[in-house]
This record gives sequence, structure tokens and C-alpha cells, in this order.
Amino acid sequence: MNATAGTTTRPFSPTPAGPAAPSLLRTSVSRARLDLVELLRDREATFFVLAFPVMLLVLFGSIFRETISGTGVEASQVMASGIIASGIMSVSFVSLAISIAYERDLGVLLRYRATPMPPAAYFLGKTLFVLVTAVAETVVLLAVAVTLYDLDLPSTPDRWAMFAAVFLLGTASGSVLGVAVSSVPKNAKNANAIVQAPFIFLQFISGVYLLFSDVPPVLQQVAALFPLKWMTQGLRSVFLPDSWQVMEPAGSWERPLVLVVLAAWTVGGLVLCRMTFRWSRSR
Amino acid sequence: MDAITVRGLRKTYTSGGRRGGASSRVEAVRGIDLVVGAGEIVALLGPNGAGKTTTVEILEGVRRRDTGDVQVLGIDPADADAHWRERVGIVWQTTGAFDDLTVREVVRHFAGLYRRPRPVDEVIERVGLAGKADERIGRLSGGQRRRLDVALGIVGRPELLFLDEPTTGFDPAARRHFWELVHALRDEGTTMVLTTHYLEEAEALADRVAVISRGLIVAEGTPADLGGRAQQHATVVWDDPVEGRRVVTSATPTATVRDLAARFGGEVPGLEVHRPTLEDVYLRLLDDHGATQPARADDQPIGARS
Repeated sequence: MNATAGTTTRPFSPTPAGPAAPSLLRTSVSRARLDLVELLRDREATFFVLAFPVMLLVLFGSIFRETISGTGVEASQVMASGIIASGIMSVSFVSLAISIAYERDLGVLLRYRATPMPPAAYFLGKTLFVLVTAVAETVVLLAVAVTLYDLDLPSTPDRWAMFAAVFLLGTASGSVLGVAVSSVPKNAKNANAIVQAPFIFLQFISGVYLLFSDVPPVLQQVAALFPLKWMTQGLRSVFLPDSWQVMEPAGSWERPLVLVVLAAWTVGGLVLCRMTFRWSRSR
Repeated sequence: MDAITVRGLRKTYTSGGRRGGASSRVEAVRGIDLVVGAGEIVALLGPNGAGKTTTVEILEGVRRRDTGDVQVLGIDPADADAHWRERVGIVWQTTGAFDDLTVREVVRHFAGLYRRPRPVDEVIERVGLAGKADERIGRLSGGQRRRLDVALGIVGRPELLFLDEPTTGFDPAARRHFWELVHALRDEGTTMVLTTHYLEEAEALADRVAVISRGLIVAEGTPADLGGRAQQHATVVWDDPVEGRRVVTSATPTATVRDLAARFGGEVPGLEVHRPTLEDVYLRLLDDHGATQPARADDQPIGARS
């Protein structure tokens, strides 16, 4: 019946004896590696996600050099703390929201869903990917700020601990919110705009490009609803001298509150992910 | 042991209904029965929007059904676990993903998701991408991307392989090459379910074809006798020196040719004998079921770009 005549079929190589399933760790690392290679080869994504915050730091930091009276702190140092926070948000929230929206629209998620890969490996891979890019981004921004704007590295173990906590909780809350928001764009084409627009707005009202004390009170209240404001405040408490505390809304660093809000966003974001995550773009 | 058994499968999509608009219900699959034996190659034919893709996606375990009994490799695909996914391969429609990675990187990555993957370079070579192994996927032609989809479908050494229009964008040589690959997979015992718009492909590859129209299977059989093809009248054509080109349909074409041979005393000028092609039978079947006006836009495969 089949048109085999005239064609010779070569057999495939035989099946090897059954080894164990690939480990979750190995699969997750493989996913993360693939994401990293893709990011680094995609110039547009590399620019927007990784290089853009560095450029803004150089630009804004060199414009605002005056010392804020009564604090002994230079505006560029305040800005550096804020831009490091927004850099963390960029490689977690923005990067995941856009890349997962793409992967969903292009059917990549469904391809994985149809393989034996455990779904946990996908999310663990994304976590590793975000952690690697967040560490790289933070190190670069910190290096620029320390060299160009005399930003001091944390001076006490307490401050280092706060730095680590804000970094981890900021990355975690940004990531889970990114995964949740990735379900909003109807297709990959809209993803960039839908994700970037609110992020840029948040940056302006959360003390990244403007001093938070210069933001109108109503917008300060809006900013306080989202994690970025708390991340910038947390990092100011890490990098600026205690004399800056008078400039904070509460007149103090509010370190415990910063951590509580970021942890709450992480938990809330996780719940949101569970409710909204879809492997395919339709139905 | 059958690889797939389907009884009374139904799926209705509801869309719209928000913002005051009327909601619409589309019965994509309206009661399909289908059995695919282990090692068999079955082709599903049907116009776009007939319910092929929905049916296949339910069998692949990536879409939920409304009602009906479905067993694929012994379990309900709605309960698919990693062990089952290990045994099932899917050749997806091209998605345009992984543009910045190379063929080998992506095949190796997917191979790493399975217990017993085929050797990466062997898969790349067998789908005809040996010369393109280190090329970025974004630089491949449409047909070459399609071959990558085939590679990702077979790299896990599946027992059951779903192929969704696998040769779209292939040139004739690439299509022949792909057929040879399918034969090699069959020789290994792989069961295959194929959807295609190329009737000659179904004829070359499938042991059995099923025609789906408007959510129902309207005909099923071997490619040779689908829709009574084997019993249908043949067409005998020849050049008559006086009357010119002659066309006669005949239930007994051998007798017709014998008579002609006797009349011409040997060679019949311009003699041709045709049975209806699979395509003729297919189009007539669709006509009979009023399905030649197809095209519902919403039966696009969920894995593909619209």
C-alpha cells in the first residue's frame, strides 16, 4: 500500500537501556542556560533589559550632582540607589513578563508542556535565569555608582544583610509579578508596550528618577502600593548615610516595613501566578 | 493492543459574550469515533476548521474534551503524566521561537528532557539539517524550520508520534526525504497520526485515512478504497484518428482496452486509464457533506501563530 518501492529505509540507532529521568536540577539549569544565551544574542533585549538602566544611571547621575542640603548626600547617590532597585525590577519583572508573553504566544510553553519536563523545571529555570541576570545587573550598576558617584558600599553587616534581603525579595516579587503580568498581553507584539508603560510610570513616582520627597503626595500614595517604592527606600537605607533619614516619608528607614511589604508582594504575586498562569494562549 | 481508541468525542467552544456581544458556540467536534492500532499510520484529512486540530490536540493531552471516551497508550490523555509524555512525540506547527539559538543547541536541549533521547546529531542528520546544525534558527528557511519541528518531535524516541501538517513548505525532494524518515520510524514500530492537506502524502504514508468534515468522520478506509474508490468506474482515454480525443468511463476498463486493442490491431494511440485519485474521492466526499465552504478562523492550532 505504501510507496516504499524505490526507497530504502535506513534504521535508526537502537534504544539504549533505560536510564533514570533527567534530574530537575539539570533540566532547570539547561532551561536557564538557554534563556541566557538567547538574551545575550538578542541585541534588542540585551539593550532594553541590561544596558538601559546602566545608561540612565550614567546620564542622570552626571546631571544631578548637587548635594541635598542638610543631608550631606549627593543627588546622584540617591538616584544610584533608585536605579539599582529599578535594574532589579527590570531583569525580573520586565524581562519575565515580556519573555513569557512571547513564549506563550509562540507556542513554546505548549511545546514544553507536551514534553516530560516537570513544570517546576520551567519555573526553576526562570528563577536561575533571573538571579544570574539580577546579580550581573546589580554588580555593574554598583560598580558604576561607586566609581562615578562615590557611592559607598554598605558599611556594616546589618546593611549588607538588608542589601541581600532587599535584593532577594525584590527579585522574587518582581519575578512572580512578571509571570502574572505575562498573561495580560493578548499577543507577543503588545507585550513590550503593556509591560514597559506602567514600569516607566512607576519609576518616576517611586523615587528612581526623581527624589521621592519631590513626588506629589497622591502619587506617593500610589507608589506605596507597589514594590518598587519599597525597593528604592530599602536600598537607600543600605547605601546612604543615616543623615538621609530625615528625607524619608516617615523620617526613618522603616526597614522592617520595607521587608514586610516586599514579602507580601511575593506571596500575593505567587497566588496571582497560580490563578492566572496558562500554557497556551487560547482558552 | 490499540494505540488510540476514541468513542463519542465532542468539543464545543464558546467565545465572545462579554461587553454585551452575543456569545457564539461552535461545535468543533461532534461525536468522533476512531481507533488507531499500534504501529499503524493514520492520516486525518479535512478542510481547515473541520475539527482535525481540535481532535488531535485532545489526543495529545494539550486540550480538554467535553465528553467522550479517549484512551491513548492506555490512559486518558487528560491525565497525562511525565511517563506518558515520554512516550508521545508531537511535531508542532512552526512557532517562530528560538530564533537566536542554533539547531544543535535547541535539539540538544530538548533531547535533555527525555530519558532515552536519540543521538542529537543523528536526529539532525535524519531530518536533513546536517549542514545547518550550527546555523541560527532565525536564518533557516520555512522548510528548514519545519524539519527542526520534526527533529524536536522525534528526538525523545516516541512510541506514538503526532504530525500536524509536517511537510508544509517542503520542496518535492524534501518531502520525499521526509517520507523516507516516516518509513524508518514505522519500521521501528512507531505509531503515527498525521494531519495533512497533501493527498498524495496521505496516500504514500498512511495505512488508513479518515476524512473529517464539520466535526464528524465522514469516511474511513485505506487510501486505495476510501469512499468506494476501488469500485468506482475508471476513465479510459485515447486518441481516435477520426473523432479525436475520446473519454469513456467504464466499470470494466480491461474489457474496454481489450476492445480498443482489437479495433486498432495493436497499440492504442494516446491510451490512458485512470482511477479516481484520492483527491477526487476526497473532494467528492466533502461535496456530499456540504463541507466545501470551510474556514472557521478559530480552529487555528493553539501552538501556532495566527
